[in-house]
Amino acid sequence: MKPAALLVAVAVLLALPAVLNAYALTIFILILFYGFLAQAWNILGGYTGQLSVGHAAFVGVGGYTSAVLAANWAITPWLGMFVGAGLAAVLGAIIGYLGFRFGLRGFYFVLLTVAFAEVCRILVSNIDALGGALGLYITFTGNPRQFQFQDQRVYYYIALALMLLATAVAALIERRRFGIYLTAIREDEGACEALGVDTFRYKMLAMVVSSFLTGLGGTFYAFYLFSLQPNTVFGIPLSVEIIIRPIIGGAGTLLGPILGSFILTPLAELSRQYFGQSGLHGAHLIVYGLLLVSVVLFLPQGAYPYLRRLFNRA
Amino acid sequence: MTLLTVENLSKRFGGLQAVRDLSFTLGEGEIVALIGPNGAGKTTAFALISGFLIPDTGRVIFRGRDLAGLKPHQVNALGLARTFQIMRPFPRLTVVRNVMIATLGRHPDPSEAERRARAILAELGLADKADLPAGGLTLAERKRLELARALGTEPALLLLDEVMSGLNEVETERIVELIRAINRRGVAILLIEHVMRAVMSLAQRIVVLNYGERIAEGSPEAVAADPRVIEAYLGDEEVAGAPA
Repeated sequence: MKPAALLVAVAVLLALPAVLNAYALTIFILILFYGFLAQAWNILGGYTGQLSVGHAAFVGVGGYTSAVLAANWAITPWLGMFVGAGLAAVLGAIIGYLGFRFGLRGFYFVLLTVAFAEVCRILVSNIDALGGALGLYITFTGNPRQFQFQDQRVYYYIALALMLLATAVAALIERRRFGIYLTAIREDEGACEALGVDTFRYKMLAMVVSSFLTGLGGTFYAFYLFSLQPNTVFGIPLSVEIIIRPIIGGAGTLLGPILGSFILTPLAELSRQYFGQSGLHGAHLIVYGLLLVSVVLFLPQGAYPYLRRLFNRA
Repeated sequence: MTLLTVENLSKRFGGLQAVRDLSFTLGEGEIVALIGPNGAGKTTAFALISGFLIPDTGRVIFRGRDLAGLKPHQVNALGLARTFQIMRPFPRLTVVRNVMIATLGRHPDPSEAERRARAILAELGLADKADLPAGGLTLAERKRLELARALGTEPALLLLDEVMSGLNEVETERIVELIRAINRRGVAILLIEHVMRAVMSLAQRIVVLNYGERIAEGSPEAVAADPRVIEAYLGDEEVAGAPA
């Protein structure tokens, strides 16, 4: 996309809350928030090609950290957000070290990330100080210092800021040596090593940046929904929500994850509501599955590269 | 001055002794060929020298430094670059991006790295392919891309693993000329090659391997006349084809 088109898109997103009703606003908050998580994942999974199916763990660590800091030590979530992101990055570094040092690739790396997320989920479920399996509930005060707002539009703008932040980070990485190396690591690590690229170091960096950003999202999740349950924030379904958007929109492209969120989030919400009303809970997952199968079959690189080609031709 | 010293290098894969007690040296600016029948251990020797495999015994000294324990990218940073027999371009990246992965090591600024990558591509006759995905190149072009990438790391020693196999005579002649030009700039070259005409015309010295062991070493003429070499490797048809 050209810079002018990007500016227009950002301006539209800034103006949007003025015209949206409450329901539409909620959907847009989810679009932006999942777009943010998708972009954070994209740095590791898209550009670098290291498929993490455990990114929910970083959301969980980030969310639990800021919630516990706020509840027990009265530390504002605005600060707790960064502490949580830091801990998520530490967890990311541990997973990355184990995976990359011992050369786990493909399915083995996927399994490692899933295993870590599951271990986190089970651990947190069994720690009473963290609310155990029931999780944590955050009392609503409406105090902006407590990351709580009466006006839903504030959440919209925070989600937008997070999405723009992650996208700016990805854009910056893309232009630098770091980002150019990542795209080559995705293609052939051995050849990278032969050309002098320290693949371990760059994969670790990608992991740390990706898990840090995802950890930031944990605080938003906690203080937007006012509750944290181990099964939802550490669970595989959330990890799948995070990775399915960049895959459908175009992994390893700057705008693919966002496009993926714009396609998938409304579809998920509407079909969840539609099927939910007719008593078919979980049927939206079938819609996901069908969409994923069609994208993999017909647009293996995702929707964004396809649309870009379409526009370039016109 | 000695650039590379290989000392008593051995590597075993299960029941197969791939390389046995291999020693040789290579001087600065020299072109040495490593030849031998299929399965003689040439590619294994390359992998041991470049840090892709860890030797069971022996050591590799490059520019006075023992390479033991170094990772391939560290070996590369010291100035020792290799190509792969089975070429490994990044197929979805453009040709110039492929070479930039190499030039970025010494030139972290992407625009400078790109300028150098394009200069190398121009030298190797790939300038008009620079902005196409590497996956679409012909075999001969991919061989040259492999060479371009290795050159992009600005090596003092280049390990070339069969960069001529599968090429026709015109293409082979072109690569031979390119290798000569690279060598004239002071880059030492160790090459594995089956194309005897090229080996004979390029190499100043030849090391012959058979069953992982060095069976002969010397000038192309001496090696071609060595009865052990003829028996082990050259056979009748190859001797006839090689310009002695």
